[in-house]
Parts: sequence; structure tokens; C-alpha cells
Amino acid sequence: MAWFKRQTDKLGEVAPPEERTVKTEGIFVKCENDNCGATIYRKDLKSNLSVCPTCGHHFRLSARDRLQMLFDDGQYTERDANIAPTNPLNFVDQAPYSDRLRKSQKQTGMLDALLTGEGRLGGRPVVICAMEFGFMGGSMGSVVGEKITLAIEYCLAKRYPLIVVSCSGGARMQEGALSLMQMAKISAALARLDDAGLPYVSLLTNPTTGGVTASFAMLGDFNIAEPGALIGFAGPRVIEQTIRQKLPKGFQRSEFLLEHGMLDAVVDRRELRDFLCKLLIFTGPAQ
Amino acid sequence: MNTSNDVTQNAPQNLVASESFQRVQLARHERRPYALDYIQRIFTDFYEIHGDRSFKDDPAIVAGFANFQGQPVVVIAHQKGRDVKERQARNFGMPKPEGYRKAIRVMQIAEKFNRPVITLVDTPGAYPGIDAEERGQAEAIAYNLREMARLKVPIIVTITGEGGSGGALAIGVGDVVAMLENSVYSVITPEGCAAILWKDAAMAPQAAANMKMTAPDLLRLGIIDRIVPEPAGGAQDDWDTAATLLAEHLSEALRQVQQMDWAARIEARYRKFRLMGAVDITA
Repeated sequence: MAWFKRQTDKLGEVAPPEERTVKTEGIFVKCENDNCGATIYRKDLKSNLSVCPTCGHHFRLSARDRLQMLFDDGQYTERDANIAPTNPLNFVDQAPYSDRLRKSQKQTGMLDALLTGEGRLGGRPVVICAMEFGFMGGSMGSVVGEKITLAIEYCLAKRYPLIVVSCSGGARMQEGALSLMQMAKISAALARLDDAGLPYVSLLTNPTTGGVTASFAMLGDFNIAEPGALIGFAGPRVIEQTIRQKLPKGFQRSEFLLEHGMLDAVVDRRELRDFLCKLLIFTGPAQ
Repeated sequence: MNTSNDVTQNAPQNLVASESFQRVQLARHERRPYALDYIQRIFTDFYEIHGDRSFKDDPAIVAGFANFQGQPVVVIAHQKGRDVKERQARNFGMPKPEGYRKAIRVMQIAEKFNRPVITLVDTPGAYPGIDAEERGQAEAIAYNLREMARLKVPIIVTITGEGGSGGALAIGVGDVVAMLENSVYSVITPEGCAAILWKDAAMAPQAAANMKMTAPDLLRLGIIDRIVPEPAGGAQDDWDTAATLLAEHLSEALRQVQQMDWAARIEARYRKFRLMGAVDITA
């Protein structure tokens, strides 16, 4: 005879899996870095500029959060907010381009993948453009090209420094060669900014690839990247398919580019504002 | 805009797809004349010059000085290979950073000695490989875009075969940009586009049609200035006539841009690219 005998055969109704755990969605986030996986209190993450306090992994920032983080007191005025995309090629793949645009517009509350702000950084007037990865992978179509070019032309007129924060998969296929030409258009405007002796800082964040890297992102007087960002011309999958071998660890990450002489510095987001302030001081007094 | 004689406008979808893709296939035709075939027929005294002065010479881009109808010019072009061995040596016309750096170096020499630059574009794209990334493929292309925009001498660009994305544009910023009748120019190969957007490379013909990559398409979009006619059936059947037609265009284009002084020319070049794109300005 057993001393401990189960009085009933069943323990009763077992709670379904979804009720067995306490719902923490929205309160905690898991670190995206697989080697870390730390559970982070969302408010802690936010106050740490979306950098994991445990491993230093940089979470992606929206364009709005980026501008807020960079400008003094988070204050800026948006510029060229009224420039909207069209569907110049009537492009349809598995969904019409116009539907994709509407969906992204609804999700991000933006008309396209770039936000331009005018404000101050370290007290100095400056224009900052930030790309929104949530809008069709931050892809560059006519609107992104036009808004960056307008920002450059505005900086030329006002003699302001320009900072562009890249976060993009590259040119937007749905606008065909029109997207490709934005590379030439922006680069031509940057030649003028350069001729005028005005500072241009390119900040590359995860990821920056394709036509964005192969134009304005690599043309900064200073090319600065956040740690661990994927930066390259061809995407890793395309390269693997071309050469049919695995890519080395750390390939096309910020630190790799720094080592190969493509970047001026890799700067932790928590030190970024200070770094940029120092850069702007170096380039000359405020106008 | 006159679209009455435009067969691609209202044709059924699959027909448009097959027509666009036929152009892609013609642009890639294995018998199509390549840069050196044109150079041989159009220029006299072509002397190739090599190297980027920093790493290597890239055989996927040829550069040199030459004589064009009595005028000294600089020629820069993508070069594909004809047989297996040469194709490999030319890396299928896909340049690495050193190729683009050679190109801009030679353009700056042209500027120093006040000679016009003629470029011929024919590449599937810039080479996507480990070494190219390590040496800054993106930076090399970006640098060329910026420097070509402010080069003081005339730049005459012609797409003769495949205009493959940034790899083409990196020698494709100029005062007059033209396409041969059966060449194509796009932001990504139709196969690449199909693989990403349809997850199926077999959709390439559809992708080719949707991306609007033929010469008439690009003329309509305001991306190119002119279409250079090819002999009936395509350049692959008659290299000499193709070269003559190209030479006629180059001569005309050069005459046109050489009338301007350098400052006006750079301004006009800027305006041309400045207007590219399609946006809606809302209230």
C-alpha cells in the first residue's frame, strides 16, 4: 500500500497553454541578439535608446525616434512633409504597388520612407534626414530621392550641415529605373554641397545596402556607423548564391567595414549625439 | 506624349511580357557587338590604358585614349568576353571596385587635358562578391556618381547592351545619355526582381515588362535623351552598320554639348538628373 495515494485519477482540467503563462507582451522584450536573449523591461530599453543594457545590441529605430534622439531636446520641424509617392510604372507584382504603398502608409503614418527634420544639434542649426525601414524596407524611390535632394538644396541655401541616417535595403524595384536615377540625382546634389564646403555626415544603421550604400551613404565627409550594422553593396544572400560558399562571420558588419577602411568610426548609439556635436564643432562655427 | 504607335501600351499582359523580355535577350545576345568591337570600328588610334593606381587592373572595364573623327577623346566601356575563357577573364562584364576607380581616374585625366569622355555601358551589374565588398564596391560606385556629376569635360553615355543597375550607372552619368534600340536599362535584372518580388525567377519576363526597361520606356520616363537605331533585326546581325549608326549619334551628341562652356554644361547635366523621378506634391 502506497503511503501517498492519488485520491483522484485526474488533476482536473489543465489550463490551455495560452493561459499558463503570464502575459507580458508589451511589457518585456527579448533581446534580438541570439547570443544574449536577455529579457528587457520595455521602459528600460527605451530609456537606453533602444540598446540592450546587457549586450549592447542596437535595436532598430523608427525615423521619428531617430530624429527625436538626435536633435537637441528632441525638438525639430519637419520639412517637405507633403511629398507623396505615385505609381509611375503601374507596377504590379503579387500585389499592386499602390496597395503596398497604402499599407505602408497606414502602418507607419508616413507618406514614404524618409523623414526630414530641421532643428539644432549641440546648439547648431542642422538638417537631418532619417530613413524608415518599416516603409517597404526603407527602399529608395522617387520620394526619398526628391526629399534628400531638397534637403541638400536647403542646406546649400542656408549653409547648414546635413546628416543623413540610412536604413534601407536599397533602390525600390517598383519604380524601376526612376529609383536608380535617384542615386545619380542625390550624388550630383552632394557634389554641390561639397563644392560649397558644407559638412555632410552619413550615419549608416542596420541595414544599409544596395543603391543607398552605392550613393549618398558612402559619400559623407564622415561615414559613421552604429555597431553591428549590415552594410554592403550586394546583400549577403546574393553573394552566397553568386560564389556558392558560406560567408565569413562578421562579413559586411560595421566592424568589418571599419577594418577595411570604409568607415571613419563605429559609434555606440549612446555616445552618438556627443560624437556628432564634436564633429560639427570641428567642421566650423555655426553660421 | 505620343503613344498612338506604341505597341506596349495597351497590349495584353503576356504579350508585353514576352516583347520586353525579347529585348532583354537581344541585349544579351551572344553575337551582339561588345565595346571593343565598336571601338575598333568607330575610333582610330585607340590605346588602352590600365589600372586604378591602387590595387589592380580590372579587365571588365576598358579605358583608353583615341581619335574620334579627328578629335582626341577618352573612351571608357564595360567589356564582356566572347568565348568561355575571355568571359571569365572579363568576369562577364561585371566590374569590381578597381574597375570603377580606373574609370574615374581616366575621366579625371580627360578633364585635365580637356578631352571629352565617351562611355559605352554593357554590364549585368557590378560584381557581387566577397573581394568586391571588401574593397568597397559601394563606395567606388558612389564616388563615380558624384565626380561624374561635376566633371568639367563633356560626357556622352550610350547603353549598348545591358544597363545593369548601379554597375551601369557608375559610368553612366553624362550630358547626353542614349540607348541603342535593343538595349535595356534597369534597377535590377529581371531575374533578380522576379526572385525577390515573386519568389520565382521564372517570372523574369513579367518582371522585365513591369520594370519598363526598354529604350522606348526609358525615353518616355525622361531617363534617356535619345534612342540610337540598330540595323534591322538587331546589332548582332550587322556590326558595321551598328557601329556606323552609333558613330553618327556620338558625333551629333558631341557637337551639341561642346557648344556649351563647362559651367553651363555641368548646370545642364545637374538639371537633367534633378528632374528625374515621379512624385506627387500634396497641399
